[in-house]
Amino acid sequence: MKDIRLMKGNEAIAEGVIRAGCDGYFGYPITPQSEVLEYLMATKTKERTGMITLQAESEIASIHMVYGGAACGKRVMTSSSSPGISLMQEGISFMAGTELPCLLLNVVRGGPGLGTIQPSQSDYFQAVKGGGHGDYKMIVLAPASVQEMYDFAKLGFELAFKHRIQVMVLSDGAIGQMMEKVELDEQIQRLTDAEIKQKYPWATTGKTPDRERNIITSLDLNPVKQEIININLQKKFKHIEQTEVRFERIMCDDAEYLFVAYGSSARICQKAVLLGRERGIKVGLLRPITLFPYPSKELAKLAKQVKGMLSVEMSAGQMVEDVRLSVNGAVPVEHYGRLGGIMPAPDEVLNVLENKFIRLSVNTPRLCLGIKKIL
Amino acid sequence: MNYIPTREEIIADHDNVVYERTCLLTDNPLSYCPGCGHGTAHRLIMEVVEEMNLQADTIGVAPVGCSVLAYDFMNIDMQQAAHGRAPAVATGIKRLMPDKFVFTYQGDGDLAAIGTGETLHACNRGENITIFFVNNGIYGMTGGQMAPTTLPNMKTATSPYGRDVETMGYPLKITELIAMLPGTYFVSRQSVHTPANVRKAKKAIEKAIQYQKLNKGLCFVEIVSNCNSGWKMTPEQSNKWMEENMFPYYPLGDIKVPKEK
Repeated sequence: MKDIRLMKGNEAIAEGVIRAGCDGYFGYPITPQSEVLEYLMATKTKERTGMITLQAESEIASIHMVYGGAACGKRVMTSSSSPGISLMQEGISFMAGTELPCLLLNVVRGGPGLGTIQPSQSDYFQAVKGGGHGDYKMIVLAPASVQEMYDFAKLGFELAFKHRIQVMVLSDGAIGQMMEKVELDEQIQRLTDAEIKQKYPWATTGKTPDRERNIITSLDLNPVKQEIININLQKKFKHIEQTEVRFERIMCDDAEYLFVAYGSSARICQKAVLLGRERGIKVGLLRPITLFPYPSKELAKLAKQVKGMLSVEMSAGQMVEDVRLSVNGAVPVEHYGRLGGIMPAPDEVLNVLENKFIRLSVNTPRLCLGIKKIL
Repeated sequence: MNYIPTREEIIADHDNVVYERTCLLTDNPLSYCPGCGHGTAHRLIMEVVEEMNLQADTIGVAPVGCSVLAYDFMNIDMQQAAHGRAPAVATGIKRLMPDKFVFTYQGDGDLAAIGTGETLHACNRGENITIFFVNNGIYGMTGGQMAPTTLPNMKTATSPYGRDVETMGYPLKITELIAMLPGTYFVSRQSVHTPANVRKAKKAIEKAIQYQKLNKGLCFVEIVSNCNSGWKMTPEQSNKWMEENMFPYYPLGDIKVPKEK
């Protein structure tokens, strides 16, 4: 029998990491994601699977605890929301430099600064372009449902260890707080220390006579060697771009206009697509599931088919830059966003699409389309 | 006729060796300035790890500072931590690998300035790790700037007229501070500038490693050391200056010892 439960997004990912065989969670409370730590504490992870759950003194300490655990080859994670994720950037950069796998959850709230506790998507650049110092990327997964919050725990750990990379689940306050049904799967057993030693020979598990000592460091004072390390990192990111792109096409086959949206915005646009179809507008939605690697090729393909693309984000226009880079001028790309914790409504985004592309295009050539209203 | 071995043969005979470098120090040349105490501190820790047969069970954490390259010299598995974060990194290791011997090796800037939060909270949680703290009252690697433990009126690159406590604050006695926390089990302050002090320091290191097995809390050994380069003295002058100025402010000896039953 299927195990189906009604859960909050934050609870779903907490349950997801336990079942994915997570060894340790280190985190610090912050709205709107505190349910992750609360759920893990309440469910007694140590008794259930042996998983360690620890409340740290800060987000900085959390991410460095993750560093220590990950360097031992353990499946470790932390979660936070925007201001806390900013504090973690030092540790994330160190993990990028040492190629340590881990799972990070950002339940995004509006910024900048302390901002608001309402949902937002204004941390896209920070997540996708490398928020800390140095040339690096992480894999970024964007869940659009509570089920995906759950699923991406397992997927996230798989990708993290497959590529020795940090995986961030970029959620938002709406996905984290809303309740939906979730189908749960079987418990995956945590790896034993012997299995870790065998599977991850790079891990600091104690120097035994059969191997050289393992050193986890991001420091090389020789610039020639440091450049080689960086070139190899870039090769890895290239490889990930070629192999790990994930997206969902919704009513794209006959689409003349396209929404591009992820996470909560994608849910809103999904409804707007149906509304649009009712009004006789052939509109579709491309939903990037991975934000890095970005589904650029798919967008370039769709650019040959549609007359315009509207990037809908709860930000002042961040992902839209990647949409424009993907289509490279082949088709007009516009942005619509709400800020500060406001979520747009489906008819609102559909009206914007109509205003930007359809009502004007009856009499005017494309050149005049880009009438930019701020938001 | 008895065979009389040559001098070279006597030296080569391992039975005659009275002292040798521990095999847990690598052949890499130390990056420390001649006269600095770091080399001795490294050696003592590695000697104890070897004597206790802990190489396969040890995971060390190197800081940012002069000893950032400690992993080049210690023949054990090591992680390099971000500046000040070593106690958090060690917490992550020890919580997930509770059977391992986990230690951090940190300087004063790392442990008592940028990493004060991580240090205090790891101590307060009673993490079963061992912290080795080398305090020389200055930032050595970055070129002799003022440290949290720089003495009043002491001249450094960023206190060129001497540390004015009115505007720059007081030297932080962090070891006394953490000794007050119920999470710490054994806290000691030592030095390695004379053979007698080296022997005492080794004893403290032995205890700090031995006690970790008891899971009773954090063990902490401070080593007050010189920085002849940063202090702009000869090694000999710096040791004398340390005795006359550092030790009165940072008195040597055990600060917190487990209560005997």
